[in-house]
Amino acid sequence: MADASQSVTFLALILPFLAAAIAPALTRILKHNAAWVLALAPLFLFVHFFGYLGDVAAGRAVTGGYAWIPSLGVDFSWFIDGLSLTFALLISGIGTLIVLYAGGYLKGHEQQGRFFSFILMFMGAMQGLVLSDSFMTLFVFWELTSITSFLLIGFDHSREASRRAALQALVVTGLGGLSLLAGLLVIWAATGEGTLSGLLSSGDALRAAPFYLLALVLVLGGAFTKSAQFPFHFWLPNAMEAPTPVSAYLHSATMVKAGVYLLMRLNPVLGDTVWWETILPIFGGTTLLVGTLLAIRQTDLKLMLAYTTVASLGLLVMLTGLGSEIAIEAAVLYLVAHSLFKGALFMVAGLIDHEAGTRDVRWLGGLRSAMPITFAAALLAALSMGGLPPFFGFLAKEEIYAALDFSGGWNALFTAVAIIGNALMLVIGFAVALKPFLGAAVETPKHAHEGPVLLWLGPLTLAIVGCVAAIFSGVTHHYVSEPMAAAVAGAPVEIYISVVPHASLALLLSIVTIALGIAIFLMLDRARDAMAAVLAAIGWGPDRGFDQAIRGLIRLANAVTGVIQNGRMEVYMTVTFVMIAVAIWAPMLMFGELPAMPTFPRMTFYEWTVFAIAAIGLGAVAYAADRLTAIVSLGIQGFAVALLFLLFGAPDLAFTQFMVETLSVVILALVMTRLRLYPSDHRPTAEKMVDVGIAGACGIGFAVLLLKVTQIPFDSTLSDFFSTYSYVIAHGRNIVNVIIVDFRGLDTLGEIAVVMITGLAILALIRIRLPRSTDVTEAKS
Amino acid sequence: METALTALVGLFYVVSIYLMLSRHIIRVLLGIAIFGNAVNMTIFTAGRIMREVPPIIPEGQSALDGVTANPLPQALILTAIVISFSFFAFLLVLAYRAYQELGTDDTDEMRIAEPEGEGLPPLGY
Repeated sequence: MADASQSVTFLALILPFLAAAIAPALTRILKHNAAWVLALAPLFLFVHFFGYLGDVAAGRAVTGGYAWIPSLGVDFSWFIDGLSLTFALLISGIGTLIVLYAGGYLKGHEQQGRFFSFILMFMGAMQGLVLSDSFMTLFVFWELTSITSFLLIGFDHSREASRRAALQALVVTGLGGLSLLAGLLVIWAATGEGTLSGLLSSGDALRAAPFYLLALVLVLGGAFTKSAQFPFHFWLPNAMEAPTPVSAYLHSATMVKAGVYLLMRLNPVLGDTVWWETILPIFGGTTLLVGTLLAIRQTDLKLMLAYTTVASLGLLVMLTGLGSEIAIEAAVLYLVAHSLFKGALFMVAGLIDHEAGTRDVRWLGGLRSAMPITFAAALLAALSMGGLPPFFGFLAKEEIYAALDFSGGWNALFTAVAIIGNALMLVIGFAVALKPFLGAAVETPKHAHEGPVLLWLGPLTLAIVGCVAAIFSGVTHHYVSEPMAAAVAGAPVEIYISVVPHASLALLLSIVTIALGIAIFLMLDRARDAMAAVLAAIGWGPDRGFDQAIRGLIRLANAVTGVIQNGRMEVYMTVTFVMIAVAIWAPMLMFGELPAMPTFPRMTFYEWTVFAIAAIGLGAVAYAADRLTAIVSLGIQGFAVALLFLLFGAPDLAFTQFMVETLSVVILALVMTRLRLYPSDHRPTAEKMVDVGIAGACGIGFAVLLLKVTQIPFDSTLSDFFSTYSYVIAHGRNIVNVIIVDFRGLDTLGEIAVVMITGLAILALIRIRLPRSTDVTEAKS
Repeated sequence: METALTALVGLFYVVSIYLMLSRHIIRVLLGIAIFGNAVNMTIFTAGRIMREVPPIIPEGQSALDGVTANPLPQALILTAIVISFSFFAFLLVLAYRAYQELGTDDTDEMRIAEPEGEGLPPLGY
C-alpha cells in the first residue's frame, strides 16, 4: 500500500493521544465547548477508516506498520479487515458522540479537561487494540485499555465506592491481561507466528499444536475477564461508579467488547474444536442467564443496563462458541446492534439523571412531555434492544434464532437460555426506556426539562443509525456485516436477513420472546422482589469474594511482614549469620573441596606468645562482666593484632593499628563511662549456647575456607607488578606506601572523604538534639 | 604458619559473631570492632605470610631483591583499618545518642522504626 496512506493511518492511531495531551489546556480556555474541538479527533479517525470500507468489502485486508523492536522481531503494525474495521468505526463513531456528550454532561466540572484527556487516551488504546497486527502491540494496547479504564472509573476519586470499583476492574482485567500475554506467547512459540495476520493464514497449525488447550485456556482467561463473563462479571456493574459517558462508552460499546473481539479474531485458528464449542457456549450461556436475572433485581437505571450488558456479552460469547456460519452472522449483527442501542440507552440514563436528579426507576415517571427528544431516542433504542422491526436489533435477534436449533441435548438448552435471556433483556430495555417517560408525572429531585444539544445529540444519533442501518440492510450487510462475519468465520459469507418479517421458526421464537418479555414487564415489581429474596438467601457472590480476597491478601502480607520483619535485631542477625554459615559450608561440602589436613605449624616462642595474648584478649572481651575489663581486653586483642603485623613484615599496618586501637579504647572508655553501660550478657544459657553454635559454625567455616585458599597455588601477578614498577615508575621504595598514595591514589582520596564524612556525621549526631532528649539524659544520669 | 594464623582468624570470627548476636548494643559494637580485625587478618593470611621482611626496595636498587612480604594485601588492609575505625566510631556515637534518646541499650526495646503491635493496615479502599 502507498506510503502516504500508511502515514495517515499511523497518524490516526496516535491522534487520540495527541488530543489527550492538549485536552486539559484546551478545556481551560474553551470550557465545556472544548468538546466540539476535541471531537474532531475521533471524527477524523471515523472518516479515515470509512474510506477503507470499499477495499475491505472487496475482500482486501489493509496492513501496514513500522519496525519497533527489530532485534526481537516486534513491529508496530496494523491489520484492517472486516472485523477490525467495524470495531474501528464503532469506536471512533461512538467516540465522537461520547466526547460531545461528555462536554454537556460534565459541564462546569473542575476536572473536565482531565476527563477529556482520559477518555481520548482510552479511545486511542482501544483503537490500537482492534487494529493491532503484532501480538506485542495488541498486548500493550490491551493493557492500556485496562489502565485508562482504571483512571476513568476512579475519576470521582473522592468517593470510596469509585476507588473500590476502579481497583476491582484493574485487578480483574489486569490478571486477565497477564493470562492473555502468556496465551499469546504460547501461541507464538507453538506456531512461530507473532502477528495476527500471520497466524490467521497458518491454517490448522495451532489446533494441531500440543499446547492448543493451554493456549486456549490462557486466551480465554484474558477474554472472559475483559468481557465480564461469569464468574468474572462482577467488576462491570461496579464500574458504573464512573461518570455516565464512561459507562456508555467503555462499559457497553467498546472496552468490554475487547474480549469478544479477541474471541472473534481468533475464531478461525482457535475455534472449530470440541473445547471451543463446549467452553464458550457454557460460559456465555451462564453469563446471559445470570446477567439478565441480576438485572431484574436492580432499580438504578445504569445498573439495570450494566447487567444487561453482561448478559449481552454472554450471548455474544455463546454465539461465537457455537461456531456455525449463521451463529457467527448472528454474533456480528448483535454486536453492532448492541453497541448502538446500549450506547444510546446509557446516554439516555445519564441524561435523565442529569436533568431529573435521580436514576432510580421507582422515582421516575411521566417525563415524556418534559423531555420529548430524550424519550424519542430512548424509545428507538429500546425497540432495537427488544428486537422489534424495523430496527437493527430485530435483524440480530432473527439471526440468533435462526442459528439455534432444537435438535436435542445442549442445543435445546442453549435455545431455551437464549429465549429467556432475550425476553428478560426486552423487559429491562422497556423498563429503562418506558418507565421514566410514561405514566403519571412523578416529583423528581430536580425539575426536569430537555437537556442541551450536546447531551441528546449522541443518543438520538445512535438510535437513528440503528434504525436506518436496518432499513437499508442490503448496504449495511455488504459494507459492514458480511466483511466482518467473513473475518470471524475465516471464509466469505453472505447475509440475507432484512427487516421484512418472513414466516419461519425464527419468527415464531421471536414472537414467543416478545410475549414472554411483555408478560414479565407487566409484573416487574414482583419479579424484582422475588429476585431480591433469592439473592438475599444466597448471600455471597464474587463481589464479596473480591473484598474477602483483598482483605485476606492484606492480612497475609501483614502476617508475613510480622514474621520476617519483626523489628528484633537479634533475629535479623541470627538469620544473617545462619545464612552466612550455610553459604560457606554448603558449597565446600557439596563440591568436596575441603582443605587437606594441615601439619602442625612450626613457630618461634614469641610468635606463640603473641597468639596467646590475642586469644586471651578475645576470650576476656566475651566474658567481661564490667566495662573496664571489656575495654581493656578489646585493647589487648587489638594490640596483639598490631604485633602480628609487625612480626610478619607489615610495619606500616602495625603503626596504623596501634594508633587506631588506642583511639578506639579512648573513645569507648569515654562513651561507656558516661552511659553506665554494662557489657555483660544476662541471657539464659540455652540461648547463649545457640549463639555459640552459630558463631562457631561461621567462624570455623571462615577458617576452613581460608585454609583451603592458602593451600591452592598463589598467583602473585599483581604483587609482582607493584614490586617491579614501584621504584621505576613511582619513585618510591616503600611499596605499600607507593600503592596507597600513587597507584591507588584516587581510592585513598575516597577513603579520606569517607573519614571526613563520618566525622561530620558524628558531629551532627552530637549537636542535633530532640527537645525531649535532655530529660531522658538527666533522668538516666 | 598460615595454619596457625588461620586458626586464630577463626577464633576472631567466632568471638565477634558471638558478640554481635547479643541484644546489648555495646556488645554488638565490641563485636563489630573485632570483626574488622578478623577481616583484616583474613586478607593478610590469604596474601601468604612471610617473616619479618617488609616490602621495601633497598637503596641503590630499582626492584625488590629476594623474598619479602606481599605488599598488596598490606595496602588493602591499611585502607580497611581506617575505614573500619570510622565505621566503629560512627556506630559508637550513634549508639550513645540512641541510648540518650531512648533510654535503653537493649535492641529489642529500640522499636521506633518498627513498632510492636501495629495491627492491620486499613482494610478499606
